[in-house]
Amino acid sequence: MTSIGTGYDLSASTYSPDGRIFQVEYANKAVENSGTAIGLRVKDGIVLAVEKLVHSKLLVPGANRRIQTIDRHIGLATSGLLADGRHLANLARHEASNFREQYRAPPTVKNLAERIGQYVQVYTLYSSVRPFGISTIIGSVDKDGPGLFVIEPSGVFYGYHGAAVGKGRQLAKNELEKLKLPELTTREAVFEAARIIYLVHDDAKEKEFELEMSWIGDETNGRHVPVPKDLLDEAEQKAKEALENFE
Amino acid sequence: MGMPPTPYTPDPRRSQAWIPFNTRSEQPIVTGTSVLALTYKDGIMLAGDNLASYGSLACSAPRLSVTIPSYTIFGASGNMSDFQYLQHDLDNLIIQEEVTAQDGHQLGPKQIHKYLSQVFYARRSKMDSLWKSVLGGGFKDGKRFLLFVDLLSVTYTVLTLATCYGVYIAQPLLRKAFEGSEVRKIKEDWLHVLFYRDPRSTNQYQITTISAAGPTISPSLKLETEWSFAESIRGYGPQTQ
Repeated sequence: MTSIGTGYDLSASTYSPDGRIFQVEYANKAVENSGTAIGLRVKDGIVLAVEKLVHSKLLVPGANRRIQTIDRHIGLATSGLLADGRHLANLARHEASNFREQYRAPPTVKNLAERIGQYVQVYTLYSSVRPFGISTIIGSVDKDGPGLFVIEPSGVFYGYHGAAVGKGRQLAKNELEKLKLPELTTREAVFEAARIIYLVHDDAKEKEFELEMSWIGDETNGRHVPVPKDLLDEAEQKAKEALENFE
Repeated sequence: MGMPPTPYTPDPRRSQAWIPFNTRSEQPIVTGTSVLALTYKDGIMLAGDNLASYGSLACSAPRLSVTIPSYTIFGASGNMSDFQYLQHDLDNLIIQEEVTAQDGHQLGPKQIHKYLSQVFYARRSKMDSLWKSVLGGGFKDGKRFLLFVDLLSVTYTVLTLATCYGVYIAQPLLRKAFEGSEVRKIKEDWLHVLFYRDPRSTNQYQITTISAAGPTISPSLKLETEWSFAESIRGYGPQTQ
């Protein structure tokens, strides 16, 4: 990194001479070091999946969730600093609740992604704060149908058919591109998501991980809920088999 | 010798021709009439017609509701805007306590009952009551529970309940038929009895139930009525004889 030592990377409020904000780029590095999170927007729903790296065997299984529920119909997965993700999830919950108070209707995921994007962007403007060290995948089935957005540390947000952030994002994106996402059912997408997470996990570097998955679709009555235990187990089983055939 | 008594000064708000808006909710405007509730073998059943009355101007509005996903059913009579406010309030409560908390805990009908009683009491203490009575019920841990709260925050739980005109007309019948086998038939009979007598009611109604199997809420149904007897009634209405 040539930027180090130049002095242009000490504050989020300083540009480098070629117009970059290094603090934001460092925030992206925090994301790149974290377990992969993916989101699939399919025909009738959304699937979120996270490769949760388990850093200690002493942790209770299922602890430190990285997928959060924002509203009945909205789920959020983060990759990067866990605590930043929790903070942003709480913010999103307040935004959703305010939206309901104002308009007496459930918020759309686009509304929410916009508000989160604005909030994250503000943290790239001042020397007194650091940018968010997370990329956020937010998904929902709302009045406009299924929607999936990614918010990056810079505050930009884009809508996607399939999204991947974190360590294994490149490989995951390759796999997502091979799928015909708009034709899949949510149930099929659960199996694909599990397979991709198992595929991108690099067990040479990190041994332990937990697969965390949630979905929203017709089968859940449009609600964001964790994928049921039996389906999750089945998907994991299939993912492991696919991995053996792959290698 | 003590302090001289304070002279009486009328509340300036009352003496103004213009009514300040913080007093506008002190009486019901658009109202709903009776709701009936019954405990039966498998759970709780609620029935109520779909009428909201603005004085004698009628408009159709559902008066039964269910909290999702914890399934407490409730219905209300009295001020309809307060009912809709309460639906919104409970919705927010449940999103906060059940959906986003993600701790697996759900509010049962007993918790909802307590919450409602607290909300009603707070509003009554502000001299700004939620002008309505709420009946509700739920099923949790294999137990059915029927709840009642009103504008004074009077709360109780019994096996059969009714509000408004239904208290006088249907409640005695409810008690008599309690734990009958054909609960739905019984409910429809009571709605008949009420519809024939309560001018602020309608023949379109809904029924909702809650049991171990979960909640059901019916579409808008219609009572079949028979009015030929009206011919023989004398002393009311337009006949001249």
